[in-house]
Amino acid sequence: MGLVLRRLPAMLATLLIVSFLTFLLTSLLPGDPAIQILGADNANDPDSVEVVREELRLDDPLLVRYGAWLGDVARGDLGRSFRTDQQVADAILERLPVTLEVGGLAVLIALLVAIPLGTLSAFRAGGRADRVVTGASFGLLALPPFMVAILLILVFAVTLGWLPATGWVRFTADPIDNLRHAILPALSLAVGEMAVYTRLLRADMITTLQQDSITMARAKGIPTSRILFRHALRPSSFSLMTVVGLQVATIIGGAVIIETLFALPGVGRLLVDSILQRDLIMVQGCALVIAIAFVVINFIVDLLYTVLDPRIRYGSAATT
Amino acid sequence: MAALQPLDDAADRVLGLGVDDEPSLDVIPAPAGSGPRARRRWRFRRAGGKKGVAFWLAVAWLATVAFCAVFATRLPLPDPNRPNVIDRFAGFSAEHPLGADSLGRDQLSRVVHAARVSLVVSVSAVTIGLVVGGIIGTAVGYVRGRTERVVMAIVDVIAAFPALVLLLAVLAFVGRSLTVISVLIGALSIPIYTRVSRANTLSIAQRDFVHAAHTLGAKQSRILFREILPNVVPAVAAFALVAMGLVIVIEGSLAILGLSVEPPDPTWGGMIAASKPHLEEAAHLALVPAGAMFFTVLSLNFVGDTLRRGLDVRDSNL
Amino acid sequence: MTPRRLIRPGKFDGGPLLDVEDLRTSFATPRGEVVAVDGVSLRLEAGHTLGIVGESGSGKTVLARSILQLVSARNATISGRVRLQGRDLVGLSAKAMRSVWGVEAAIVFQDPMTSLNATMRIGDQITESLRFHLDMSRSEARATAIALLRSVGIPEPEARLRTYPHQLSGGMRQRVTIAIALACGPRLLVADEPTTALDVTIQKQILDLLETQQRERAMGLVIITHDLGVVAGRTDRIAVMYAGKVVERGPTRVLFHDRRHPYTEGLLRSIPRMSNPGHSRLQVIPGRPPDLVALPEACAFAPRCRYAQARCLEEQPKLIDVGQGHEHACFYPVGSPGGGEALGRNLAAGENAAGMPVTPDATLDVTTYVPEEEAS
Repeated sequence: MGLVLRRLPAMLATLLIVSFLTFLLTSLLPGDPAIQILGADNANDPDSVEVVREELRLDDPLLVRYGAWLGDVARGDLGRSFRTDQQVADAILERLPVTLEVGGLAVLIALLVAIPLGTLSAFRAGGRADRVVTGASFGLLALPPFMVAILLILVFAVTLGWLPATGWVRFTADPIDNLRHAILPALSLAVGEMAVYTRLLRADMITTLQQDSITMARAKGIPTSRILFRHALRPSSFSLMTVVGLQVATIIGGAVIIETLFALPGVGRLLVDSILQRDLIMVQGCALVIAIAFVVINFIVDLLYTVLDPRIRYGSAATT
Repeated sequence: MAALQPLDDAADRVLGLGVDDEPSLDVIPAPAGSGPRARRRWRFRRAGGKKGVAFWLAVAWLATVAFCAVFATRLPLPDPNRPNVIDRFAGFSAEHPLGADSLGRDQLSRVVHAARVSLVVSVSAVTIGLVVGGIIGTAVGYVRGRTERVVMAIVDVIAAFPALVLLLAVLAFVGRSLTVISVLIGALSIPIYTRVSRANTLSIAQRDFVHAAHTLGAKQSRILFREILPNVVPAVAAFALVAMGLVIVIEGSLAILGLSVEPPDPTWGGMIAASKPHLEEAAHLALVPAGAMFFTVLSLNFVGDTLRRGLDVRDSNL
Repeated sequence: MTPRRLIRPGKFDGGPLLDVEDLRTSFATPRGEVVAVDGVSLRLEAGHTLGIVGESGSGKTVLARSILQLVSARNATISGRVRLQGRDLVGLSAKAMRSVWGVEAAIVFQDPMTSLNATMRIGDQITESLRFHLDMSRSEARATAIALLRSVGIPEPEARLRTYPHQLSGGMRQRVTIAIALACGPRLLVADEPTTALDVTIQKQILDLLETQQRERAMGLVIITHDLGVVAGRTDRIAVMYAGKVVERGPTRVLFHDRRHPYTEGLLRSIPRMSNPGHSRLQVIPGRPPDLVALPEACAFAPRCRYAQARCLEEQPKLIDVGQGHEHACFYPVGSPGGGEALGRNLAAGENAAGMPVTPDATLDVTTYVPEEEAS
């Protein structure tokens, strides 16, 4: 608990800065925000412009507006989109599960592939399996998610017809169909992550495997599989965890692209659509949610790290 | 595109096509004395160890891409933007070696012209990030102290912000153009270069030859320019090659979102994006630009990585 | 609970517990072949202690690992015979070795901080082998682990089970390592520099512990060290290694009283003695151990040897038996007429055959050196 409390101020500070920057986004744009928000056609009516100005307190100084906005956000009110007339918070909440599912699935798939491959690669470092894995990982790094997506669509949707190329079905409505729609997007994101995780785990594990503790485990007659997955994996997984956290930013970026490509009703696509339509309020809300998610996830990863590494958790009683 | 005019000028100059005599573009003057230069040459040969076929293949590909990018307008290729309804979705043929797209435009020509955008965007974005980030990082890593702490804290906050969001937002509201995209990506990548150059600088500054120079009474600036920079620059530059690949990918992602350069000018990402509705009839519409982008990014990664392994002062035993 | 032993007790004819014959370990490196262990032969009886002495780079650590087939480098080649209770270990598959490791033979490393897994609790690290080899249940293993910890002198063993290595002091950690090694009752224990990483005051405790455990379990014990003081009173036999070869070996007492090889003499001379006058210069062996790549067919110690003659730079000396189980490999051994002449020639010339300066010294009379334990 003490660990959580110690790191909380840093996280809150970052959140504050991030929220302020997001808030600034709209204020920095050229032209009158009111007109931007309403759209060119509606802006002709001076009364609507006045309404917008009042509602958004556009005549107040920046900090006052920020303070008020923060207050609203704290109460869960992210504003109302003037385009769609929908509560921003509702729109986002509706779409959050989609993004979380695809992103989460992607990380899961990537880890499920990277851990055995990375371990095998490290264990047989320099051998044929290792060279194949390393070469493949390197090649995959040059394949951005959208390219993987196109290729997957080409193979599985167009040629084989096994999986749908677009669209979404809610998990609550039909789990199987939901997965059918989720698998290609998740895979598109997972491929890039897989490569990153594998390379990292391999490097870390090679170092770990060179340590005396592994030789000691061998000298105890412990079977190789247990040594790899019980003795070697734990110390090697710490930096992997950190990278997973850092990669969340990449995944968020990737999710935006992927959701657009596969026409998924997620937060990423909402963001892009609202940017293209200049729906300022929605953009602000989405950007804030994404930024918060990023900060919070990294905070959790940080915590996990300190909790799982016994050297940090327990400190040292003696220093010899 | 007006922004690509300098490329055409450079191409013309090389081909000797009607340009007045101008002083040469000597950007980096050769340093005095044979020491640093000899060291650099030796280091390149040593960089990454034995460089096999794959390395030189990658270099050859990159050279080809660069050549195409620079000389695109002077090559005997059909107009990339001229539609030709008769040839819609043509497959690989003598007339269209890489096929034709949904409007009958020649794919080979489009891919070659698209290379220009990729080249310009990646080079300028990386240059901005490299120069600004490199200077800040090196300076901060050398000076240390409170300046370093403050600067790195700011850098960390900026780096923590999902850059894509910022990128999309600014692009959508300010407008899309080659310049804006390049500058923006460049600016957003400054934190990364700051970190890398700072790390390398920290490592170098601890080496004995820097201490020696200091003891001999060399001024800070002299140490910075003579000892530290020549060692940091190659390492960061190799990293920059990999970064160029990343920028090309970012442009591709922007194109998928419809936020890259305006059509009809081709970009690799734009071509891929445009191919999506027609995947069933003409897969080659996607595969050609995808292949070009993939091999370019792969080559950049490979060459950059190979050089980096030899030049990165943290790894080498210099 | 009988472990899955490779060799059934009672099926053994009673030869030496450990019989190493012409063991050779080499590594293929880009610079050339590095022969870390070059034709080493050793014997150890059950219940006896063998000390292997040498400086860094002598190959002693590689020897320890080669004996137990723990050299996992892909570029390593091991040849020769290592017979543990009659069964040759060289070339055995990893699967077969798993019934040897921990059960028949065990090893203790130098630095307990790195040889213990920092992310596993002490208890788990001990019970692991108990449960795997001896098929113990969780509670049985726990009880055995507590008893083991107690027997190696760790107070409050129940509480210690749940701690992590970094929460213990260095001495405690080494005790735990020893407990882990002894868990399944091996017949042979190899201790590779067991005390080097510890404070001097702890060193004696650990060595005493090893001695006690060896006596109680009638194990064969091999102590590898660079410190002659460690092996002085605790070993039955000593083998001195240099550049991958054994250059002298014999019963401990004989070696200390009647050392023949100049390297052994150098090692003995370099031990600072309390009886020396203050500010005496320490006697060192000048130079550094040779690069193990492409060693010439000559005495590897010659470039640093006070006695070296021309022959030493051209011919490789082989081990000669001089009685009482004492062997050495030198053309001009210490204390022999030939050796005396050689030293005299070098002193007169001011240098040895390899050009190393040779000077007389008056601070330490080597011939009267006696291990401290005997003197008291």
